[in-house]
Amino acid sequence: MSTDPARTERAPGRLARFWDSDIIWSFRSSPVTVVATVLAVLLVLAALAAPLIAPYDPFDPASLDLSDGFSRPMQPNEITGKVFWLGSDGQGRDIFSAILYGSRVSLLVGAASVLFSLVIGVGLGLVAGYVGGRTEALIMRIADIQLSFPAILVALLVFGVARGLIPPALQEQMTLLVLVVAIGLSNWAQYARTVRGSTLVEKNKVYVDAARLIGLRAWPVMIKHVLPNVAGPVLVIATINLALAVIEEATLSFLGVGMPPTQPSLGTLIRFGQQYLFSGEWWILLFPALVLVLLALSINLFGDWLRDALNPKLR
Amino acid sequence: MLAYILRSLMQGLVVMLAVAFIAFSMFRFVGDPVVNMLGQEATLQDRAELTERLGLNDPVALQFARFVGDAARGDFGISYRQGRKVSALIMERLPATVELAVLSALFAFVVGVSLGVYAAIRRDGWIANLVMSLSLIGVSLPTFLIGIGLIYIFAVELRWLPSFGRGDVVMIGWWSTGLLTKTGLQSLVMPVLTLGFLQLTLIMRLVRSEMLEVMRADFIRFARARGIPERRIEFRHALRNTMIPVITIAGVQLGGVIAFAIVTETVFQWPGLGALFVNAVQFVDVPVMSAYLLFVAFVFVVTSLVVDLVYVALDPRLRTGNPAMAK
Amino acid sequence: MKPRFLALAAALLGASVLALATAEARPLKWAASGDALTLDPHAQNEGPTTSLNQHIYESLTERDHAGKLLPLLATSWRVLPEDPTVWEFKLQQGVKFHDGSALTADDVVFSYERAMQPTSDFKGYLTSVEKVSKTDDMTVQIKTKGPNPLLVNNTSSIRILSKAWAEKNNAVKTQDFKNKEENFAVRNANGTGPFILVSREADVKTVMKRNDAYWNKGKVPLEITELTLVPIKQDATRVAALLSGEVDFVQDVPVQDIARLRSQPKIKVNSGPENRTIFFGMNVGSADLKSDNVEGKNPFADKRVRQALNMAINRPAIQRVVMRGESVPTGVIMPPFVNGWTKELDAAPPTDMAKAKALLAEAGYPNGFSTTLHCPNDRYVNDEGICQAAVGMFGQIGVKVNLVSQSKSIHFNLIQRNPAETDFYLVGWGVPTYDSDYIFSYMYHSRTGSQGSWNATGYSDKDVDAMIQSLSREVDLPKRDATIAKLWTKLKDETIYLPIHHQSLSYAMTAPLDIPVDVGNNPKLKMVSFKGS
Repeated sequence: MSTDPARTERAPGRLARFWDSDIIWSFRSSPVTVVATVLAVLLVLAALAAPLIAPYDPFDPASLDLSDGFSRPMQPNEITGKVFWLGSDGQGRDIFSAILYGSRVSLLVGAASVLFSLVIGVGLGLVAGYVGGRTEALIMRIADIQLSFPAILVALLVFGVARGLIPPALQEQMTLLVLVVAIGLSNWAQYARTVRGSTLVEKNKVYVDAARLIGLRAWPVMIKHVLPNVAGPVLVIATINLALAVIEEATLSFLGVGMPPTQPSLGTLIRFGQQYLFSGEWWILLFPALVLVLLALSINLFGDWLRDALNPKLR
Repeated sequence: MLAYILRSLMQGLVVMLAVAFIAFSMFRFVGDPVVNMLGQEATLQDRAELTERLGLNDPVALQFARFVGDAARGDFGISYRQGRKVSALIMERLPATVELAVLSALFAFVVGVSLGVYAAIRRDGWIANLVMSLSLIGVSLPTFLIGIGLIYIFAVELRWLPSFGRGDVVMIGWWSTGLLTKTGLQSLVMPVLTLGFLQLTLIMRLVRSEMLEVMRADFIRFARARGIPERRIEFRHALRNTMIPVITIAGVQLGGVIAFAIVTETVFQWPGLGALFVNAVQFVDVPVMSAYLLFVAFVFVVTSLVVDLVYVALDPRLRTGNPAMAK
Repeated sequence: MKPRFLALAAALLGASVLALATAEARPLKWAASGDALTLDPHAQNEGPTTSLNQHIYESLTERDHAGKLLPLLATSWRVLPEDPTVWEFKLQQGVKFHDGSALTADDVVFSYERAMQPTSDFKGYLTSVEKVSKTDDMTVQIKTKGPNPLLVNNTSSIRILSKAWAEKNNAVKTQDFKNKEENFAVRNANGTGPFILVSREADVKTVMKRNDAYWNKGKVPLEITELTLVPIKQDATRVAALLSGEVDFVQDVPVQDIARLRSQPKIKVNSGPENRTIFFGMNVGSADLKSDNVEGKNPFADKRVRQALNMAINRPAIQRVVMRGESVPTGVIMPPFVNGWTKELDAAPPTDMAKAKALLAEAGYPNGFSTTLHCPNDRYVNDEGICQAAVGMFGQIGVKVNLVSQSKSIHFNLIQRNPAETDFYLVGWGVPTYDSDYIFSYMYHSRTGSQGSWNATGYSDKDVDAMIQSLSREVDLPKRDATIAKLWTKLKDETIYLPIHHQSLSYAMTAPLDIPVDVGNNPKLKMVSFKGS
């Protein structure tokens, strides 16, 4: 694939051009992107502000009343008379609040794991590109392997290993951390590839030799020049990976190796809701599933637009 | 050429060794193999004896060498949970996963390439736009939700298709196939759609963007200038050049399909390797986990070897150099 | 002459009708939420495992669906008049194993000895047994350590396998990992039962065919020609499989789907009580808990804390919402089927949060404490939902509980390890012997030898142990019942366990099948008739 020449072409001052009018124009001219972005921002804000918005605290089991169980959306509960906007689940948990808190868990795991893989990926990419030789071959080979092992498999493996290593008493507290590491470890290779490519290009530039000649260490110079160049592609990857990570977390929770039932993420909520596919309590499955898809979709749409906007050749 | 193939082989071997080391570490250090095998009622003497028999007192390097030797002969030990030879379990589950994965990959490839080409040629048509938007929704839909949705519509409401399992299978030697019976074929429909969907959207988007890029290349412009019919340009020149990266990615993705089957198999209770692996993770059944890991690595190494060879066949320039550099 | 001829004709006619009926293929697919853990008849004393194995292996006696003890491989039994410590069983003539060999007293002696091995999970049934021996080919004597008037109740759980077969296939003992060998009996079977194992893939399906040479053939319908057990873990998928006709019989109908299934024209749902109680256990024995936030003390060791937790459980709410009415709230870990059960014992303390908080404060925990609850998520009816609800209720009195829910085999492993690796757990206990002794010796007796193997609470009381041991030797039944009553009064007061409810079961099947709910939840599929009832 011949993407490297393209990168050199638009290499200088990418960050500066990031906010220039082309981008803003392209953003405004795509109503889908605007809607998706607004939706994504709203969902993220709602998740962040969950404790302020949510009428109930679904993570506090003590506040739940079983009698509220299985309330239909917008209708008063037959026994307690309480109204839940999106209904309640079998524990009397308000679905609306559970979704807010659940998306918070999903986004937290997603963002933390993206950050984790970004740091590993960019770091290894820089090392590979700069050091070259065997180190490069090794890192890139590992990246190849990692890319071909689907994230979910890597995550499951990490989870399984963690389960064997962490004493049972600590497992619940560690779940969040294990999820972040598991998902993060399964997504770093793309960053490494991009950063390595960019570093290879920069390495041979005159300023690097010049910096060496005047006795400067080449490393800081490299980082200073490479990072701005890769900021765009890395941002695109990170955005799309955020959507992937949210889905991955949901999948793990769905498989029963994710968040515990008392602190449900969107995937855990869907796992519970699935039991009621026949019995008429459709809202327990439908609303969390809808929010999960909307969340992933809006982030994906934004990422898609971002990629096209930063790669003018395709537009 | 020969050197290149040899180097690919060497690299594959190194990968297998690295993965084997991870698998070995899992077996050796995750949980206590002796306790897992004997249970809590065993006496100290039993434990000491088994530790000795399993060679767990030997140097780690020797243990690793033995592990690799055993694995190369297909001996992965005994499942903690099922008490059966892991190799037998894997052989039993293999056909289900392979049939599912190959059909899904085929489905994804054929439909994905056709739709991708269409979307590239008619890039501003409303159908192309619709397909592209749908593909984004596809990327955002978790596999398990697609599965649940299909089950709800086709198994519960319409009752057209079975909701779980493989239906009736026919044994051909040790290979069990669901392709020869009506229920077997019916059972394949939903899992294949579910598993193939994500790959389909990925391939389609890839084909579209590669093709758009190729269509802008100079040789296409020259071809147009020479008055070659547009159809011929699109399918003869553009598509051919598009296919090189697409085949690479699709080939590498085959490993992905096999492992992605984990989720699909769980949703549809498909008796394949993925379901076996998920159960093994839940039970910390390490021999099964490490064998599955080695299996996926093996599939990966073989597919990437084949892809490398196809690459060489398709692109003569690469016959001398390192393909990684040409990318 | 004439009547005899008529009788012969009728017999021939009957035989040919019978032949016609048997020639017709009548497969039955049976779906359950979990798979049997093993085919080895003595390895796991666990519901779904027994449920499957009882179709292949048989015992000296059996329980019908209502729990009544009936003869099976033994035609009669008695306590020897000259020695009250010896039970004598006469075996059924003409019983053949699936491999064609005949059942003899040797097989019974061998099977009982195998079930008493340290690695057997059934040794708890036979703690009172000293020796099993054969008197002749068709007679077995079981000598107990003291007179045990109720031993016969335990015989319905000890399944008989062929001695020659086990010896030939190296299945005399449990699995020998040292030689990297599979235990033959885990995946192969040779019983005397109505169905013969054809193939087994764990977690996928187990196929059995009808035993056409079944010794008891004329007495039971035995109409199913091929029996397939498919474990389907997901509730919705299991119900979908029944609705779409992929399976004929669902053993574990999710409570939320009972109403919908009842409204379907071609589907029949049978509900009834199971001989099983669901409850929480607490680590009362340790000096300090690993999972709590209290240093140097074990809150569960304080009876007031346990009573407070017991009072915090809102049983009627769990019954109404989580179980949708399919349970009977209780205050004792003993189902009503069991000898020793009384209405007074069954009464649960009313939910009283204020009193519970006061008790906690009195015990020195005015602000509560935190701990971890382990829960299975694929064993009992809505087990995870029960735990979640209880976590909320405990939270309301200030006891913060982390919930870990996982698959049954991991969960049971935590409980069975010695020492147990859980401080607070959910478990359900069925009582196949229909006698309190079974509950006492598994759940309350100190963990010593073959007793108390499911007592993960660390509860150990010498007097209680002595009284429990006396039960298996007491010949005077009224006196024995008095000891049982005394034990229950003491143990209920101790509140070692927090009882929740007796579980109810629902079976769903396609018409015209009519399989009654089995109180032991071991449906007897040899009794199935396709003609309806």
